[in-house]
Amino acid sequence: MVISTREQAAWDALAEVADPEIPTISVVDLGVIRSVRFDGPRLTVELLPTFVGCPAIDVMQHDIGERLRGMADEVVVEVSFAEPWTSDRISPQGRERLRSSGFAPPVRVQPAAASAFEADELLTVLPIATCPYCGSRNTMLENPFGPTLCRAIYHCADCRQPFEQFKTV
Amino acid sequence: MVAPGLTDATRTALAELLLSLADDEFVIGFWDSEWTGIAPMLEEDVAMSSISQDEIGHARALYELLASLTDADADAIAFGRSPGEFRHAALLNHARTDWAFTIARRFLYETADATRLAALARSSYEPLANLAAKMRREESYHLMHIETWLRRLASGTGAERLRDALTRAWPDAQAIFTPLAGEHELVRSGILPEPLTDLRTRWAERVGSVLGELGITLDAAVVADDGRTRRTDEFEWLHGQFTMVAASEEGATW
Repeated sequence: MVISTREQAAWDALAEVADPEIPTISVVDLGVIRSVRFDGPRLTVELLPTFVGCPAIDVMQHDIGERLRGMADEVVVEVSFAEPWTSDRISPQGRERLRSSGFAPPVRVQPAAASAFEADELLTVLPIATCPYCGSRNTMLENPFGPTLCRAIYHCADCRQPFEQFKTV
Repeated sequence: MVAPGLTDATRTALAELLLSLADDEFVIGFWDSEWTGIAPMLEEDVAMSSISQDEIGHARALYELLASLTDADADAIAFGRSPGEFRHAALLNHARTDWAFTIARRFLYETADATRLAALARSSYEPLANLAAKMRREESYHLMHIETWLRRLASGTGAERLRDALTRAWPDAQAIFTPLAGEHELVRSGILPEPLTDLRTRWAERVGSVLGELGITLDAAVVADDGRTRRTDEFEWLHGQFTMVAASEEGATW
């Protein structure tokens, strides 16, 4: 894919927009930006919600719009379900940022992103997480539901530390 | 959007389908959000609140899809209707009641919703197919949660209460698959890839197989024609609760 200089500038700007709930990770590393498109006077950003009911969507839309203001006459941030956001969309850098701020990264569910589009696929939830503090895999899922829709609660049997995982979805 | 290409008949049928789906998610989301702070244990407070937030989020996305189709406002659809204008299944007319009833109802509802979403992920109406595919990934967690609770209650001192609750909820649960007025059109156009009666059969098999393992059998039940129009005092009470803020200042921005 050829990315124009203007598009690249927009992507660079988006890399500075933090996720409102876990500010250590940017919206680009989180994988919620599906596309950036200049069309005449308009710049359109396609935003894939991590969870359909995520209350941070409105904040993200606003923050992205503010950051890109001036890059085109009109900036549109479009919420899209054209493809499901999956936790596999988090970049390697994003996973590392999560880990270093005390969140276990999600388990990878698909070897290839393509399988995420199969209509009949039902996600199998495996209670696996690596402790972000000591690296142990000897951990226990305490609650698949946590303080926000995208977080699950675990406990590390080795370092005895409770921690959160960015949910596999 | 695909909407401009739809005939009036298809659009009307699609609107009816979207409203039924959205109202189901909206109403169960509100009922079960009542457990926040008073669930049997702290972890369950968190779980039930999170699940309810998912459901209300799904309702919002579905109301927005409906609003884009009819050039209406999603909040007005959600909060501006009278109780009689709601189209959720009769299963969701009942109050929260006790934990056994909540688990029984959720089990019947989640399995029905999973069956329905699997079909809708193949819908010819792309925005709905996309949304259904996304919702299914989240519903995997709901299914895991509810089956864990179902098995736990079935094997403990709550077994009898669970059985009574399932027996009570079962007839009205059929209403999730009450035929829609525009169903023929929905199936013809591929928006609904299978008739609701076929989905109901698949759901009942699934319910029967899980409950069979737990030694619970439910009597045959029929689908009532008024399954999505009948309302109760209990629902009127809930309606008063969830419209209270919107009604307190009409036209307010929030």
